[in-house]
Amino acid sequence: MSLRSQIFLIITLACIALSGCGESIEPNEPQGFIQTKGSDTMVNAVQMVAEEFMKEYPHIFVAVTGGGSGVGIASLINKTCDVASASREIKPKEIEMALKRGVNPKEFVVAYDGVAVIVNKNNPINELTIDDLHRIFTGKTTNWKEFGGKDMPIVTLSREVSSGTHMYIKEEVIQLGGKDSKAEFSPGTLLLTSSQAIVEEVTGNEAAIGYLGMGYLSDRTKALRIGRGQGFYAPDVEDVLKKTYPLSRPLFMYTNGEPQGITRLLIDFIVGPTGQRQFKEAGFVPVGATVAQQQQ
Amino acid sequence: MPNNSSESIASHAEPRRSEAGMLASVTRWRRKIGEPIIELCIRLSGILVVVFVFLIFLFLLRDSLSLFRQYPLRRFLFGTAWLPISEPPQFGVVPLLLGSIYVTLGAIVICVPLGVGSAMFIAEVAPKHLKNVLKSLVEILASIPSVVLGFLGIIWLAPVLRNTFHLSTGMCGLTGSLLLAFMALPTIISISEDALISVPRTYREAAFGLGATRWQTLWRIVLPSASSGILAAVMLGIGRVVGETMVVLMVTGNAPVIPRSLLQPLRTLTATIAGEMGETVGGSDHYYALFAVGLVLFAITFTINLVADLFLRRARK
Repeated sequence: MSLRSQIFLIITLACIALSGCGESIEPNEPQGFIQTKGSDTMVNAVQMVAEEFMKEYPHIFVAVTGGGSGVGIASLINKTCDVASASREIKPKEIEMALKRGVNPKEFVVAYDGVAVIVNKNNPINELTIDDLHRIFTGKTTNWKEFGGKDMPIVTLSREVSSGTHMYIKEEVIQLGGKDSKAEFSPGTLLLTSSQAIVEEVTGNEAAIGYLGMGYLSDRTKALRIGRGQGFYAPDVEDVLKKTYPLSRPLFMYTNGEPQGITRLLIDFIVGPTGQRQFKEAGFVPVGATVAQQQQ
Repeated sequence: MPNNSSESIASHAEPRRSEAGMLASVTRWRRKIGEPIIELCIRLSGILVVVFVFLIFLFLLRDSLSLFRQYPLRRFLFGTAWLPISEPPQFGVVPLLLGSIYVTLGAIVICVPLGVGSAMFIAEVAPKHLKNVLKSLVEILASIPSVVLGFLGIIWLAPVLRNTFHLSTGMCGLTGSLLLAFMALPTIISISEDALISVPRTYREAAFGLGATRWQTLWRIVLPSASSGILAAVMLGIGRVVGETMVVLMVTGNAPVIPRSLLQPLRTLTATIAGEMGETVGGSDHYYALFAVGLVLFAITFTINLVADLFLRRARK
């Protein structure tokens, strides 16, 4: 590219960037820029909400970035984002780091998610307990016939360690909720980079078992009914909302301190009817009106 | 720009000079000032490249060494478990190193005979028109993005391998090796071919003159003469395989287990860095551990490239 065309390009870009400035904005109309970062599980839903939000408030621009729950919380601590989304709760260690840097994380529950455990459609197994899952994912049980299935070795699939869902399964299934447990995913567990890769492998492999957010469920795979204690429950809206489905979890958003101004507007919009409708469309369970009211 | 200004200065100073004189002054100016400036720029870019490599190395070294202040080097180098987010975390590089070595060896076994064979065919046997077609096909092979190969691997190759070898999953080392072999082929073919072509004509003529057949000439005379160049091609191909990330991240299953065969899932050094870097908080042990993994990788590729360079230099002599 010649120097002249480079200069031309820069001037053009500058014109485009500045062109918005000429418009007259009502002095009372909210305007600004909000950066949200975090959970890959939630990124599609947050993007949908942000688009609706920008229709409602055309002078506020909301940027939505994924990267993983840990990335979102890390950038909130580094003050490089205004709102962090996370599919897991902030860790005490992270709160400590945040306070040290003058950031006071405030938590909002914006939706509920059931982590679904999926197997191939030809797998005769329909339900497993949390204990069974623990034995499968830690490698204590390695053949489907022990659960009454076909005689074939179990192939366990997991997400990469940057995933909030990985952390959730590690705490709830591998460590069975005990933080001091030394249990680990069996070393032979395949760590796949995306929920979609898990869907592909389970679709083609009769021996595979994997987990993902209920937003990724489709009729290409079979979601198991999961039990803890009595009864088995499917990962559907009702059982996630009632928390009878054992792998139900809230999805969070974090802000620095009590949100003010346009950030407040965004949070209110997300827990409001339009935002919740978008989360529902993305396959998640909206927070009930009562919970939303508690947060107001 | 500088040229214009010099012309105007020259014409201002001596307004009545002939055009030829002006031209001469411009040429003189170019020789006296222009050329040294250009030379300086070129020299500067050369030095900058060296500085960049050096800085990258320093940066890697600094951040990796930060790990060893908190985590013993011995446990990093000989540890057999890679559990970065456990309490306490374990950063044993052995499973990752072995994963990389297995996948690379598998790819070499596949791509070296295939690559050198193709190069021999293209350089010595194929008729001219076929040669041109083949050469451009090799170039096209080189231009396939690795993520596309990875995608084909997940959708097509992994299920095929699973059914062929009756595996529990197709996401294994062999899938990675096969795809990586494809990625290294263009490098190996084009450099080996260059090496074969640069064997002097007189060698061949002498061999034919002594009554050797075409095969005998190719196998006993041309190939040994080109061996240094071919070895360099192989080493560069290996360098490419060791450092490749996307394909292995997508198809090898990434299980941090000590591999016993190529038919089981494994995790490579590169996939570990790519898969985990997103979540680490800057300055944490995990962050430094990934830099240490990067240092190990850097050491491997540096050695391979150095060896390849030595062979290439010998080939040129």
